Amino acid sequence: MSTEPILRVEGLDLHYGPVQALHGITLSVPPEGMCAVLGANGAGKTTLLRALSGLHKVSSGKVLLEGEDITRLPAERIITRGLAHVPEGGGVIAELTVEENLRLGGLWRSSRTDKKAMAEVLELFPPLAERRKRPSSTLSGGERQMLAIGRALMAKPRVLLLDEPSLGLAPLITQQIFDLLRDLRKSSGLTVVLVEQNAAGALATTEHGFVLNQGKVAVSGASDELLSDERTRHAYLGF
Amino acid sequence: MEKFLDLTYNGLSSGAVYAALALSLVIIFQATRLVNFAQPAFALVSAYTAFAVIQATDSYWLGFGAALVVGALAGALVERVVIRPIASKSELNAIIVTLGLLLVVQGVIGMVWGSREHGLRYAFDYKGDFSPADVFAVASIAVVAVLVFVLYRFSPLGLRMRAAAFRPEAARLSGVKVGLMLTAGWAIASTIGALAGMLAGPPFLSPHSFDLVFVFAITAAVIGGLDSPFGAILGGLLMGLAMSYVSGYVGPEVATLAALVVVVLVLSLRPDGILSRPKARKV
Ligand SMILES: Nc1ncnc2c1ncn2[C@@H]1O[C@H](COP(=O)(O)OP(=O)(O)OP(=O)(O)O)[C@@H](O)[C@H]1O
Ligand SMILES: [Mg+2]
Repeated sequence: MSTEPILRVEGLDLHYGPVQALHGITLSVPPEGMCAVLGANGAGKTTLLRALSGLHKVSSGKVLLEGEDITRLPAERIITRGLAHVPEGGGVIAELTVEENLRLGGLWRSSRTDKKAMAEVLELFPPLAERRKRPSSTLSGGERQMLAIGRALMAKPRVLLLDEPSLGLAPLITQQIFDLLRDLRKSSGLTVVLVEQNAAGALATTEHGFVLNQGKVAVSGASDELLSDERTRHAYLGF
Repeated sequence: MEKFLDLTYNGLSSGAVYAALALSLVIIFQATRLVNFAQPAFALVSAYTAFAVIQATDSYWLGFGAALVVGALAGALVERVVIRPIASKSELNAIIVTLGLLLVVQGVIGMVWGSREHGLRYAFDYKGDFSPADVFAVASIAVVAVLVFVLYRFSPLGLRMRAAAFRPEAARLSGVKVGLMLTAGWAIASTIGALAGMLAGPPFLSPHSFDLVFVFAITAAVIGGLDSPFGAILGGLLMGLAMSYVSGYVGPEVATLAALVVVVLVLSLRPDGILSRPKARKV
């Protein structure tokens, strides 16, 4: 296992019009690991992920994926470099069927449906297999989140950004999704960056954590240390 | 009875044209959320291209092919150069711009070819009840309908186009070039518009050849539900039949009025059109 970070962010600034939302974000994500990005509402977590995946233009700074500069690439190119993003709310296309959503995820690699990848994803998420032909609008919240993750996996990414996959889900389902991500990391060497409100759950699942506050990295460190550090917990994580 | 059959045949063949134009409107509406009033401009440019090519080469089918190619290119060009810069700013602006584009194209065609009528051939013999030309009109729109269905429902391009239309951001995150999909949608729609021009153009072309046809086509699209390709086709055929019966049994002068009545009736019973999905889609 190489220790070179798979994803490096250097001095990232981002503005919404005149308002600066990210201030010199610098962080490194080691390969084949799982790290958490935490912080209060409005801290800039979603903004950071959207900047990484190319949905937002950054004002300055760099994003390096496996050493390659992807900062100025548009989202539709960044996915082809191996970085997938499951946005806040999942981004499942309700008008398409479950299977069409999954097919869409793999389309950039080949116009032919990747039957093997599809079978793997359906095996990972049995409820989706039973509902393949159904419109995605008929899925439950948890099934939708599975579909969103499944669609991202169809792209065979090396880095997966997840924005609050637990949003609106029962704790049990959230735990299942976290466990699944850990397994995936082991089986396919996937690197996961997890944005979460549920700080305790996220830190228990990951090795490393970054806490954002007002668009800056306030604290970073090993997850278990963050979890046991009273000051950080009180100041930023609220538990 | 014979009159009824006559009117039915007539209605079906003119309905095929309304259906084609209505389908092209729906395709653009689905991709861009825009009612494209420039649609007859594509039909005009294509039909005049066909006229010029047929005159030069004496081959109808060369002219027909040229019309479709020019239609596709014109649609792609207009989306890239005219619509894209404005559409993001204001929907109303974009609609007004498409109207303006129609007037400009009509003006330019009038300057190049004059406002007098030019003869445009039918693809096939047009004499008699349900003539070969009528069969061609109905068959070609049937083929187009099937092609469009297969393209959207089963092809990778169609999946990309639908994703880009429904959730552009999610589509981008899956690697879809959303801008390119919009251009493709306009190109497909204007090719169908070109086909409509070739069907509705003969026997005589003038810069205003498609005005009335277009009014009926918009009516058909609204009846069918702007969001439903099959609704558009059904709406087109129904409009064709209704207009044919009304002009045959009541008189041609009330046909336009009848179109209005049909719209009001349909929209008061089913505000989203006959075939639209029951629940409204959030955009
Ligand atoms: N599109 C936008 N335009 C302008 N300001 C925005 C936009 N999106 C986010 N912001 C602002 O940027 C800041 C960071 O927002 P962001 O959505 O990244 O927070 P977050 O950490 O994801 O919060 P949450 O936990 O509530 O999802 C907030 O102050 C927000 O108001
Ligand atoms: Mg957020």
